[in-house]
Amino acid sequence: MNARKGDGRIAYALLAPALLVLVGLMGYPIYQLVLISLFDYGQEQVSGGAPLIFLGVGNYATLLSDAKFWSVLGQTLGFAAVCVVGTLLVGATLAVLATRVRTWARTVLFLAALGAWATPAVAGSTIWLFLFDANFGFVNELLGTTGFSWTFDKWTAFGLVAAQVIWCSFPFVMVTLYAGIKAIPGEVIEAAALDGASTFRTARSVILPLLRPILIVVTIQSIIWDFKVFTQIYVMTNGGGIAGRNLVLNVYAYQQAFAASEYGLGAAIGVVMTALLLVVTLGYLRALRKSGEEL
Amino acid sequence: MKRGVVEAVTVVIAAVVAFPLYWMVLTALKPEAEVITADPRPWTLTPTLDSFTRALTVQSFGRYLVNSLVVALVVVLLSLLISFLAATALTRFRFRTRTTLLIMLLIVQMVPVEALTIPLFFMMKSVRDVVPVFGLNHLGSLVLVHLAFSLPFSIWMLRGFVAAVPVELEEAATLDGASRFRFLWQVLFPLVAPGLVATSVLAFIHAWNDFLFAKTFIISAAENQTLPLALQVFVKPDQNDWGAIMAGSTLMTIPVLLFFIVVQRRLVAGLAGAVKA
Repeated sequence: MNARKGDGRIAYALLAPALLVLVGLMGYPIYQLVLISLFDYGQEQVSGGAPLIFLGVGNYATLLSDAKFWSVLGQTLGFAAVCVVGTLLVGATLAVLATRVRTWARTVLFLAALGAWATPAVAGSTIWLFLFDANFGFVNELLGTTGFSWTFDKWTAFGLVAAQVIWCSFPFVMVTLYAGIKAIPGEVIEAAALDGASTFRTARSVILPLLRPILIVVTIQSIIWDFKVFTQIYVMTNGGGIAGRNLVLNVYAYQQAFAASEYGLGAAIGVVMTALLLVVTLGYLRALRKSGEEL
Repeated sequence: MKRGVVEAVTVVIAAVVAFPLYWMVLTALKPEAEVITADPRPWTLTPTLDSFTRALTVQSFGRYLVNSLVVALVVVLLSLLISFLAATALTRFRFRTRTTLLIMLLIVQMVPVEALTIPLFFMMKSVRDVVPVFGLNHLGSLVLVHLAFSLPFSIWMLRGFVAAVPVELEEAATLDGASRFRFLWQVLFPLVAPGLVATSVLAFIHAWNDFLFAKTFIISAAENQTLPLALQVFVKPDQNDWGAIMAGSTLMTIPVLLFFIVVQRRLVAGLAGAVKA
């Protein structure tokens, strides 16, 4: 719209509902999260039976000196990395595959991917659990390993959850990249071919640079999603695995707060997570600016 | 490689991707004895709806299905309306805090909403005494949090679609004597439809799939549980009723699948548009 007198006021009127919801249900809780993380906030404090004790950075000191926290942090980063790399590899490969086949085959692939994408996390987790069930699972029947429990060992459990996460998140990457590839004008590729470029050269020097902005978006989105996985871990490893071996930060914070009633400690974990993701966000903003996007 | 070979590979991959869903529906249709066997067969000659009956009667899945639908649809409608207005303000108006607001939007998108469970739990706890519908144990609390979490992404996504509508259209509408608000609803709104569809799908899935907030907020009101929670009720150590779990999972997946298939083309266009913008 052209700039007119009173624009600012109309703009704020249009923004008001969004701002109200966001300030009330995101801004204020973020402030509260930081606040709670600075106190000794347990069951007694919640019920009003004991006064609040200000700890300052006490909860953070407890966390940082706790070996469990560091191992959970490491696990979270490793698990997210595996999921992100897997999701991008599968998504990109299938996006390229989709451009190489006739419509009917592409439709079959897209329908299957839509199915995986549409499956709610809890349903998907239970389906995968059943497929890999020790006694009644089809995978064990197929491999002839009936009785083998995939969720008992720490690494097979993480692997199973990662496979499920990749299964339900690669479709987003595939569809988005496919749309991106299709948006590249045919003339650009024809021109490269006329200049004598090989398929590989065309892919590397022509298509990849054009896809860069989309690749950045899907990568960052995947990092953010996979770093925050909760449902799959919680459902598939029954709340974080035997003796908490399969914990990630999210589930750890939840357990500390709602199972152990250590709300202050749980909030501190939440703050650490938020800080880590904000670092990623800043990287995202820089990448967007570099690729020439205007805010 | 020959195109036929590539296509055969594609079909095999599609089959692998779709297999868990096939297994879900198949298990839901098998009689119980065929489900709990050490050598499960990938077919059944005696399909039955017993598992669905158990899911619907023993665990009253119908009730939870309705709860989930109510939450997801209210979130979608409110989020579409609010994010359309906000996206319009952020793209077609120039005002001082515009850039700041856009950066804030991007930043709140990255806040791990799961981390906010703790403060939100306490907020909903105190809201319960004032406006019960939006407090703990009520579906309103879920609507509020999912609305808040879907807004930043929805606004960000719609922005591109609103920006893509040529300014000349508005000038023409103004010349024809249309007011700004008429232009907003009668010209702009229909033109950004693909964006609205893509946005609504993502908001719907977000609300529909939620397990964490339902688990945290709906603690003692069984009648207000949503599907993801109800499904968990079936999972008991050592005596899982897999048939009923898979029937429940099927019931839970069908609405999303239908939604996806209906909007499939527009969704792809929408994602492409959002990325281009």
